[in-house]
Amino acid sequence: MTGTIAAAATIPAPQIEWSLLSPMLVVFGAAIIGVLVEAFAPRLMRRPLHIVVTLGGLAVAFILAVVIAATDSIFADGKPGRVVAVGTVGVDRPTLFIQATILVLAFVSVLLIAESSHEVSAFTPQAAAVPGSAEEREGLLAGLSHTEVYPLTLFAVGGMLLFPAANDLLTMFIALEVLSLPLYLLCGLARRRRLLSQEAAMKYFLLGAFSSAFFIFGVAMLYGYSGSVQLAAIATAAQSGTASATLLYTGIALLGLGLLFKIGAVPFHAWKPDVYQGSPTPVTALMASCTLVSAFGALLRVFYVAFGQLTWDWRPVMWAVAIVTMLLGSVVAITQTDVKRLLAYSSIAQAGYVLTGVIAANTAGLSGSMFYLAAYGFATIGAFAIVTLVRDRGGEAAHLSSWAGLGKRSPLVAGLFALFLITFAGIPLTSGFSGKFAVFSAAIKGGALPLVIVGVVTSAILAFPYVRVIVLMFFSDPAPDGPVVVRPSAFTGVAVAAGAAVTVILGIIPEPLLSLANHAASQLFVR
Amino acid sequence: MSTFPWLTVAGAIPLVGALAIMFTPGRSAPGSVADRRARDLLVKQIALATTIVTLAVTIAMAVQFKPGSTQQFQFQQVYQWIPQFGVHYAVGVDGIALVLILMSAVLMPVVVLASWNDAEGGPDPAGVTSARAVRGTPRVHSVKSYFALMLVLETMMIGVFAATDVFLFYVFFEAMLIPMYFMIGSYGVGQRQYAAVKFLLYSLLGGLLMLVAVIALYVYSGEHGRHATFLFSSLEHLALSPTASKWLFLGFFVAFAIKAPLWPFHTWLPDAATSAQPGAAVLLVGVLDKVGTFGMLRYCLELFPSASHTFTPLVIVLSVIGILYGAIVAIGQRDIKRLIAYTSVSHMGLITLGIFVMTSQGQTGATLYMVNHGFATGALFIIAGFMVARRRSQLISDYGGVQKVAPLLAGLFLIAGLAGLAMPGLSTFVSEFLVLVGTFTRYEVAAVFATAGIILAAIYILWMYQRTMTGPVRDEVASMPDLKPRELWAVAPLIALIIALGVYPKPVLDIINPAVHRTLVQVHRTDPVPPHPAPAARGVHTARKQGSSA
Repeated sequence: MTGTIAAAATIPAPQIEWSLLSPMLVVFGAAIIGVLVEAFAPRLMRRPLHIVVTLGGLAVAFILAVVIAATDSIFADGKPGRVVAVGTVGVDRPTLFIQATILVLAFVSVLLIAESSHEVSAFTPQAAAVPGSAEEREGLLAGLSHTEVYPLTLFAVGGMLLFPAANDLLTMFIALEVLSLPLYLLCGLARRRRLLSQEAAMKYFLLGAFSSAFFIFGVAMLYGYSGSVQLAAIATAAQSGTASATLLYTGIALLGLGLLFKIGAVPFHAWKPDVYQGSPTPVTALMASCTLVSAFGALLRVFYVAFGQLTWDWRPVMWAVAIVTMLLGSVVAITQTDVKRLLAYSSIAQAGYVLTGVIAANTAGLSGSMFYLAAYGFATIGAFAIVTLVRDRGGEAAHLSSWAGLGKRSPLVAGLFALFLITFAGIPLTSGFSGKFAVFSAAIKGGALPLVIVGVVTSAILAFPYVRVIVLMFFSDPAPDGPVVVRPSAFTGVAVAAGAAVTVILGIIPEPLLSLANHAASQLFVR
Repeated sequence: MSTFPWLTVAGAIPLVGALAIMFTPGRSAPGSVADRRARDLLVKQIALATTIVTLAVTIAMAVQFKPGSTQQFQFQQVYQWIPQFGVHYAVGVDGIALVLILMSAVLMPVVVLASWNDAEGGPDPAGVTSARAVRGTPRVHSVKSYFALMLVLETMMIGVFAATDVFLFYVFFEAMLIPMYFMIGSYGVGQRQYAAVKFLLYSLLGGLLMLVAVIALYVYSGEHGRHATFLFSSLEHLALSPTASKWLFLGFFVAFAIKAPLWPFHTWLPDAATSAQPGAAVLLVGVLDKVGTFGMLRYCLELFPSASHTFTPLVIVLSVIGILYGAIVAIGQRDIKRLIAYTSVSHMGLITLGIFVMTSQGQTGATLYMVNHGFATGALFIIAGFMVARRRSQLISDYGGVQKVAPLLAGLFLIAGLAGLAMPGLSTFVSEFLVLVGTFTRYEVAAVFATAGIILAAIYILWMYQRTMTGPVRDEVASMPDLKPRELWAVAPLIALIIALGVYPKPVLDIINPAVHRTLVQVHRTDPVPPHPAPAARGVHTARKQGSSA
């Protein structure tokens, strides 16, 4: 393709397959409409308009992704998919599966973001005001709200869609930045505990910037090695093995570092508890579900396509990362007293479980990881949605001790939270079990039995903090001035219900989604 | 062979009952105290009716069962559940599973009757004065959830014995923990939270180790181009490498050893049984523990015959230690429920011993013992529970002279206790005798030590009886009423069964024997021929003839 550019005297218009890119284009388009709404619509109209545009955009993008996946001509001649937009984007079944997952999860997360009933709104009225200042109080009294969160979310989701689809490393880097920058902003917008929120945004931004730098440094190394940023070209160069291996291994390490940072694998996990705790809870839900799915999608593509021939080289390191991730996530989770930090460490451990699927490096590993991510994403959003509902005077009742006796006050909410915890613990008949089963069986097939044993042992460790929360909610007595469960509006209600329904359904009849994931993974990624 | 889905129906009835209970109006519904009483009564009646119908269905199924059939499993149903993982909804029973399902179905109505008032709370009988008790407000619980949990547990108990797909078995095995966890944690007494969490974490750890083995078994079954599956009938004939076989055996065995519990994995049981209400303790010790020994017999031995041989000496040593340790520690207990829990540790050791000596007497005896132990220990727990409910204390030293004020209670307690120490004429004697004989033909030393456990059993049971029931009547006990009709109805069937099976165990033995022989064939073991027909061996011979002359 570079040849055509060199040969022609005039620069020809690149061939862009608009229809195959349409899910991403729709999301970015909706984001831009959101910016226009922010600029021109009267203040009172903004929120309803934003909700319609955001949810509509995500829904349309989802439908388009499904339509593309159902179009047989793309997968003609037994090809796993097509490389489009001058070789920068791969459209194949795994990517479409991941994108569709992200879109559905983002839809549910936006429902949480849109919640604004009386006290439950998660966002500060005026982010620029100094915490505790007079301006802030004024903003609060004037009923201001940051409706920019909707377009920001859409931009982030657009980046998340492109991240796992990117077929060359530069596109991937741009997608990484597009998804990260809005998230840095969103992290700092919490309505309560503003300083904590700003600290979270700052930390996430600084560490994220470092990891981006490492990522782009890795891209440079790999370009030096193979003379291309395209994943397939790197794979070819690695196969011939003529250039300096030092460049290759440094490149893999730095690139892997950037990707592992985004999924929060140990030792690149330090941001996760702080950021999850400080961010507005709906944004945490978005990050814990969609960002994780997207980052894993990119990780899977890079390691299966570009480094697919080098399994023996990267696997030992990934083994170590997966083991320490599972161990540290589960052990440190025991000591947590803040519910969001607990969920953050649990999310670290869960990332470790998905890594066992990645390490399997076979179709079963790919489909298992994708299934796990979808199942886990829904349960996570549901859990964070419930966190937004349990409130005391200072906002969300973050400290676990104030959750004591919740089961006696509001059995339904406590019961649902227990359901999500049981899912995270991987008890049978919940989606978490189906997911763990999928990745662990893939890992055993891929010859990683010790990894599975570590996974199982850490699951037992991780069950302890979950069980402790359940004990606290159901067996302890409520404190007299304990938190109350606010009545959610339909938005949060739907989000919780969706999480619970998917958790139970995927636990009892995982077959449809599993066969979909298997079908999507059957030919791996397009090269 | 009838095609009626007996097992599915038997398993579904309690679930339907649980749903029906959940849809009755709850405690928070408007109405006076009398209305609330009436609602609670309705819940209990639904629970009792459901368990009795389930029992009727299981009895009807048992009547249809053909012990002489050449099929391994009867009443089989196999449907695909998750085709990608080779998971089936597959149920079926052999003789061993059938008698265990029957035992669970018999225990359930008994437990419902015995737990009639347990969910309503009251002062803590464990003697622990909590802050709440000081304020004088008794704990109030949802009667609805207690009985619904119990019925859900019954579904899972039937499912776990009926499953013939390893995955399905695992699902029931793990899911069973949740209702029991809430029954201990929410409705128990004393250190119930600690006990519930300990129970859950122990079992979960064992279960997860088993999960690794289950997944590995599945992966191995897919080697050499076969279609990977979880169906027991396909896995049974899987040729595994010796190393793999050993590791997988251990994965399953540790899970079952925790569940059984076998020494040294037993520490959760005394805590859990002490903190659970008597009804829950009956289900815990009577049924859930049997899942462990049942698993050893069905899964450890049949799936990994060669590894079973390798580990036999180890298991026999652990079993004998368990028999003696449980008995000795039981003697020293001051809490009556804790004492019964430790006797169970001792008896479960005897059952694992009977399973792993790999003789037909041993395994038949062990299976029969599982059933008898469920009835005998169940009766002990329930009667002790009645006594504790009257005096509000679990400490043995708080009682004395009960037989003078409540002769019926004391008399039935004595029968149940004597069943615990394997008195001839009571059901446990037959099974204990078979186990010991079966052990002696192959491991004489182990049999000698195990027999010593029976002497210790006489000490702990009779001494407990002496301290609680005989002697001068203590003041606190003086006004203790004797058994009420409801309580009598709860215990009477168990006592009747203990006596009936002690006199005439043949019907149960007839059902068990073919399944045990099949197991022994699968593990390639035959009964040793005694060098000199000693009197004891002749006794066995007649016992076996009696069993197999169906």
